[in-house]
Amino acid sequence: MLAQVLQTLPQVLIDGLSLGAVYAVIAIGYTMVYGILELINFAHGEIFMTGAFIGTAILLTFTGFGLLSFMPAILVLVIVLLVTSILTGLLGMGIERIAYRPLRNAPKLITLITAIGVSFLLQDIVRFITELKQGNYIVTAPEIFSGQMKVKVSSILPGIHDASFKITFLIVIAVAFFMMFGLNLFVNRTKYGMAIRAVAQDRETAALMSINVNKVISITFFVGSALGGATGVLFTMQYGTIDPYIGFILGIKAFTAAVLGGIGNIRGAMAGGMIIGMLEMFAAANLSGLTGGIFGAEYKDVFAFIILIVVLIFKPEGLFGKAIVEKV
Amino acid sequence: MKILLNSLLYHKKAHILFFLTYVLVTSAGLYFAETSVLSFLLMLFSIFILYFLKLKDKVKWIIGIGILGGLLPLAASHGAAYQSYMEVAVFVGIYVAMALGLNIVVGFAGLLDLGFVAFFAVGAYTYGIFATAQASHFIPFGKFPLSGESFWVFLFIGCFVAALFGVLLGIPVLRVKGDYLAIVTLGFGEIIRIVFNNLDKPVNITNGAMGISSITPPKIFGISLIYPNQFYYIVLVIVLSVIFIVRNLEQSKIGRAWKAVRENEIAAQAMGIPLVKTKLTAFAIGASFSGMMGVVFAAKQTFVDPTSFTLLESTNILVMVLLGGIGSIPGVILGAAIVTILNLQVLTELTNWLNGLSTSGIFSIPDALSPVKMQRFIFGALLILFALFRSKGLLPAKNRKYDAEKLTAGEVSNNRIVVVANEKMESLNGGQEA
Amino acid sequence: MFHKKLSTLVICSAFTLGIISGCSSAATSSASGGKTVIKIASQSPLSGGSATQGEAIKLGAQLAIEEKKGQFAKKGFDLEFVPYDDQADPKKGVANAQLIASDNKILAIVGHLNSGVAIPSSEIYEKYGIAMVSPANTATAVTDRGLKVTDRLVARDDFQGPAGAQFAVKTLKAKKIFIIQDKTAYGTGLADAFREAAESMGAQIVGYEGITVGEKDFNGVLNEVADKKPDMIYFGGLYAEGGLLLKQAHDKGIDIPFMGGDGLDSSSFVEIAGDAVKNAYLTSVAGDVTKTAEGKKFSEEYKSKFNKNIEGYSAYAYDSTGVILKAIETVIDKNNGKLPTRDQVRDAIREISDYQGIATKVGFDSKGDNKYANIYIYKFTKAVYPATVVGEISK
Repeated sequence: MLAQVLQTLPQVLIDGLSLGAVYAVIAIGYTMVYGILELINFAHGEIFMTGAFIGTAILLTFTGFGLLSFMPAILVLVIVLLVTSILTGLLGMGIERIAYRPLRNAPKLITLITAIGVSFLLQDIVRFITELKQGNYIVTAPEIFSGQMKVKVSSILPGIHDASFKITFLIVIAVAFFMMFGLNLFVNRTKYGMAIRAVAQDRETAALMSINVNKVISITFFVGSALGGATGVLFTMQYGTIDPYIGFILGIKAFTAAVLGGIGNIRGAMAGGMIIGMLEMFAAANLSGLTGGIFGAEYKDVFAFIILIVVLIFKPEGLFGKAIVEKV
Repeated sequence: MKILLNSLLYHKKAHILFFLTYVLVTSAGLYFAETSVLSFLLMLFSIFILYFLKLKDKVKWIIGIGILGGLLPLAASHGAAYQSYMEVAVFVGIYVAMALGLNIVVGFAGLLDLGFVAFFAVGAYTYGIFATAQASHFIPFGKFPLSGESFWVFLFIGCFVAALFGVLLGIPVLRVKGDYLAIVTLGFGEIIRIVFNNLDKPVNITNGAMGISSITPPKIFGISLIYPNQFYYIVLVIVLSVIFIVRNLEQSKIGRAWKAVRENEIAAQAMGIPLVKTKLTAFAIGASFSGMMGVVFAAKQTFVDPTSFTLLESTNILVMVLLGGIGSIPGVILGAAIVTILNLQVLTELTNWLNGLSTSGIFSIPDALSPVKMQRFIFGALLILFALFRSKGLLPAKNRKYDAEKLTAGEVSNNRIVVVANEKMESLNGGQEA
Repeated sequence: MFHKKLSTLVICSAFTLGIISGCSSAATSSASGGKTVIKIASQSPLSGGSATQGEAIKLGAQLAIEEKKGQFAKKGFDLEFVPYDDQADPKKGVANAQLIASDNKILAIVGHLNSGVAIPSSEIYEKYGIAMVSPANTATAVTDRGLKVTDRLVARDDFQGPAGAQFAVKTLKAKKIFIIQDKTAYGTGLADAFREAAESMGAQIVGYEGITVGEKDFNGVLNEVADKKPDMIYFGGLYAEGGLLLKQAHDKGIDIPFMGGDGLDSSSFVEIAGDAVKNAYLTSVAGDVTKTAEGKKFSEEYKSKFNKNIEGYSAYAYDSTGVILKAIETVIDKNNGKLPTRDQVRDAIREISDYQGIATKVGFDSKGDNKYANIYIYKFTKAVYPATVVGEISK
């Protein structure tokens, strides 16, 4: 039984890594907004979805003009990523301005309602625009990278199965890591990053230090949403097919990842996303083998949630979160 | 003219007169019209008006029960749409009870629960499994399905089992706070749903995704209850008792303990409130209402499957609580009523009306924009608008007011004075938080 | 003070509204244009994740009704269509069923998509005698409860599954089969029926896994497939997940036949799976609609009217509506041109024995199952929809 697990492990790790990278970048969006506003931005999953649709729309337009055939794929990717992230970034800022800012002093739960409302709205708006254009809201994006790669694990470790992946996997991982490192630099090394951290620590004091709090919150939303939108593009490239309801499930998983890593902590979100992605993939591939067919792959989400609950029970602030000392 | 208007505005008798005429007109409208959703809604609205009337509480209760228990079914029974009104009313009742349950957890005790529908599912499956042949798959003795009379017992069993699950959820939850709690409860809700969806092997307990069909309807005095108007009375009785219980709980020792925990856990603990017990009771009592309604739901639908218990449903109940006014009992009732009616009746009717217009050629809309599909959109827009412009909910929670003179005159026992102190502290804390 | 004013305002405005409602509803007339109205309703999910198929049901029914409108007008009836959105939610379906029941001009219903919604809703239809003709429900419990109102055009799971198994084991010579299902009532029913039949025919089931509807990454399950090295994958579920599974299996280099039920019978299946669709099989009760002249006409009209390609379910819905309208016409003739009752329509539908639709021939047995629901086996040889018929299995 263990041999079987080991044999497929390289492949499981590769698949888990690509799913985990997607979760991780979305989780960053949740965690940034949470860190600064203490708000669960439920609409973030929908921003990711909108990003996927915008990216696909750009790709389809390119195909329509026949540009894909003579433009280098990397250039196309960069253009799509840039345009999409700017548009979704603006969308995120807009949502914050309209739906969250007026409620900043209201109870947190009320903002939760608006977040749910915004996510319903976005789902439906994307749905009807797509349906109006395409006649069907399940969209398949054109492939810009194709090809397979094989990792000859068996030549080094005999008895273990080879793993294979698509070229897009490398791109997803590379872009995701690039974004995460970029964000890390931005938050830790730039003036705006410092402002964001200051506002997250203490909004009033930051305001006294002549930080424009509204602007900083806007920037946070822009960055978080831009990352979310860009992840949407990566997701489309990796899986090919999207619909307006993908944001919901992925959003929840990513949020779980953010909590697992310690909400408000950017590195925690990255780690949490990777862990959840890997665990899920591992559970789907091995649960039925390990339990002798009693529990199958359908229990993978249960498995992920149970691990989350267990982690939270023993380390309530998440894996990388700092325990909050409550002031009396 | 101005005097007349003033007297209308401020005269109590004028109010009552207005109210009576209103009830009469709407019930007449409901009675004589074949199908008039509008008059049905307006008639329900009379309860809302009643709430604002300056009458004694007892009188209000009697009038309210009179309208809901007698006049409304009577007036509606004349039209063809009787059962469909009753159906909507039954669902309103089910959701009111659930929202009141969630209100205890979220509103009173301040524990954000995103997986509340799990308890509803537990209740529904408890009755569903034993009121069909399903139970014989894993219980070797006894004869299943149980007869329809067992429904009345199951109301309490459902209640108890759900409360048990509430405690079960509560135990791990005690260690986590705030938004961590939200995600744990969300996970719990999903776990329950997925497990119910998959528990057809190795032992077939829930029949998995196929769901449990042909559930025995409840029976009383040899009559099988299958129509919504019969369920209406069951639900009405349960909802009234739930309201009664919750109102009493809110003012009781445990209710005050919940609010104290909500406002400041550490301070509450310092005052000698047992945190564990207080939180667990909130979960258990909140869950039990849900479980009871789950039993009613299973019996009414005669079918349960896991698709009725998704995360969206939990969000829906949460929205009811927040829309009506978190922590406020009349608010939560109103919120549950509005969301349910909107979802089940108004939007459907509106859609059909618009659809009729577009097929008769008055105006046409592209298919993608057809209003049938815009329910999410409308719902989302309403949520945002309400939150932006009435963020404390439709009927915000108020703390009970006490007459200072009476208190000093010593007419209230010592016990009550503590209450006041507590309430004052709360309002101070609440004021700061806002 | 504020509350006082507010309450008075509320009372006054509500009072006016009450009067208006009382008057307006009393004035509603029951006939439009001097003709008696007959309404046909449809119930299917028009919003949410499975809206593509739900929409196909609605549009198929709508097309059939619009075509017959003139014919009914000659008899003095005004035929109307009322689509309801059941949101794939049993609660919503039942609430809609009550609304439908209360509108006594509605004589029959086309729907549902999900068996989980159809089962509780049909309990309501049964109470009021409104016939439900389903273009999509395959779960056995839909007709096995012995209701008078439930009829369906599509094959039951316990016919479609074994038919697929027969083809897989006998024709494709599959020995080791891996079954994946989507954990919905449809997918489970179909996959279980297939599994049972395939095992009894001597095939070995090397794996039986469930996936989650709405997800896009199925690599976990596919890793297990790759590990078990089956010679065929059977999938119980709908095209959105099926297409992705097929595509991701192809990307992993799992190049074995892939088979599914009528839930895959959609143009989107090909779109999603792309080139991977070659070597995929599906079982369906619908013959190749585009092969016959009527079918071609139907698909062209559908395309020109709604700007969409037909789906498998559009043709079923069109035929379901055709069956209903045929029954209503028969009853009208029997009644000498008078409006039929719901009970009459219900019984007339059950009596239909040979209605030639564009997707399938229709004749109901005593339970309401379609006697003529043959199973056609399709194979995709190129990445175009529809696929070519490679086999036919009859009852």
